[in-house]
Amino acid sequence: MNRFSVIQARSIDEAAAALAPARQGARRVALPQLKAGGMDLIDLMKEGIAEPPTLINLLTVEEAALRRIDEGRFGALVTLAELAADAALLRTAPVIARSVALAATPQVRNVATAAGSLLQRPRCWYYRNHQFDCLKKGGSTCFAVEGENRHHAIFGGGPCHIVHPSNLAPALVVCDGSVDLVGGDRTTLPIARLFHGPDRGSVLGEHTLEPGEIIVGIRYRPAPTSGFCAIKEKQSFDWPLVFACVALALEGTTIAGARVCAGAVAPTPWPLPAVEEALRGVDLGDGAALSRACAVAAEGATPMRDNAFKVRLLPVAVRRAIEDAVRPARAEEATP
Amino acid sequence: MQTLGLSSAAAAVGGAAQEARAAIAEAAGPTTLGPDPVAVRLTVNGLRQEITIDPATTLLEAIRGELGLTGCKEICDRGACGGCSVLVDGKLVVSCMMLAIDAEDRRIETVEGLATGDQLTALQEAFIRHDALQCGFCTPGLVVACTALLREHPKPTLEQIKRGISGNLCRCGTYTNIFNAVLDASGQPVPADPAPPWPANGGA
Repeated sequence: MNRFSVIQARSIDEAAAALAPARQGARRVALPQLKAGGMDLIDLMKEGIAEPPTLINLLTVEEAALRRIDEGRFGALVTLAELAADAALLRTAPVIARSVALAATPQVRNVATAAGSLLQRPRCWYYRNHQFDCLKKGGSTCFAVEGENRHHAIFGGGPCHIVHPSNLAPALVVCDGSVDLVGGDRTTLPIARLFHGPDRGSVLGEHTLEPGEIIVGIRYRPAPTSGFCAIKEKQSFDWPLVFACVALALEGTTIAGARVCAGAVAPTPWPLPAVEEALRGVDLGDGAALSRACAVAAEGATPMRDNAFKVRLLPVAVRRAIEDAVRPARAEEATP
Repeated sequence: MQTLGLSSAAAAVGGAAQEARAAIAEAAGPTTLGPDPVAVRLTVNGLRQEITIDPATTLLEAIRGELGLTGCKEICDRGACGGCSVLVDGKLVVSCMMLAIDAEDRRIETVEGLATGDQLTALQEAFIRHDALQCGFCTPGLVVACTALLREHPKPTLEQIKRGISGNLCRCGTYTNIFNAVLDASGQPVPADPAPPWPANGGA
């Protein structure tokens, strides 16, 4: 890791003040960098991908609201393990708790934060290797186009073909989530507008926060009938090949409304409105109709050389997320 | 800055208030550590010690290099293998991915702190009894992970054991014996070895 200094912010105001040079358009290279759990940042620094001269430490911030889980809101510094184990969250929005329950490893979940999950950098192996001067690092080439692209996008790719790495973000999309902000002119931003594709903004970044803005909390709408399914190669310390988040409104056993968002398939969380439309009116007992509706998830995919399998996996993940959502007696299951 | 219109003006006033608040906070001033070495107090296995380290020092580097406790291992150095697992305030963490300054004044437990003198814990005894190791390099991390698991779930199910150690890799593949050691240490029956798929007398 490079040498750096650490500003031990005691409050969010102190952190915002320390980040103020970013608002004033200081040179990008000299900008201080917010650090929470550090799970991603320390990794990037060890790899030489990030070399911030100054870290602003959010772990020293004392405001309790940053670490609290309330009805409909949780603080930015709440850990993934705390989200996964929260009995109220498992009742009101199980998709959120489930999305992070088996992310990474127990050790990572004990430290990684909610906002850090949203803002972690992509896991593309070309981006993560300092020897590849890829688009995301200011270079001129996306090496995934001609290279090994098994884990890359099947939707919304180009010119860079990453998939967004956050399990939490698509779960929040189906719960109409938003983030609470300080440090800039905005106080809130819908989760659906927190991320931009590589064709819609600077390819160097993935989020739409203005310089100086800090996520302090995350809000969501209750989705008691919601579920999650990730399909992975390894069941631990691996990012999903594809995953799906589903929130259902049921009338009896009929789907009256559905929110569906896929992950690990596009540079942003990838809502599937056509699947939502196809699911409306489907009876949960009608397996054939469910399969037909879920198959719509594959429409419009533009797989790369090595990842056509994702096109076939995605409808399966959506179907299993629906089954997860309607599985009875789920609230009792806290993850260890 | 745009100053057109009433709402923008209100925003500007709000912005001014925010800047004033920030200025007050700045006046008090947060502590800045580094980049030169800083004094950090670490409480490891109940012993409080002060060390002088770069802010970039990881908790693993501090524990091994500064405090000489080499039980936790640097294997992948990216938080992927669990070899450097320690407990911080009772929570299982990978010490290679935590800055030592973030562990200041927190309760750190390493594998060295589990036994009382020569008296191993029931879990450590069970590891030996069940041959739950081969080369042994991952073992300290696994013992710490299993210790955390047993504190949270004194009688864990097999599924809970598997999830509890899912952040620890053993390349020798001793997992089954580790599961048995945890079951035994928690006073639960250990499944008998499955019958081999070949005839008992070797087919002779």
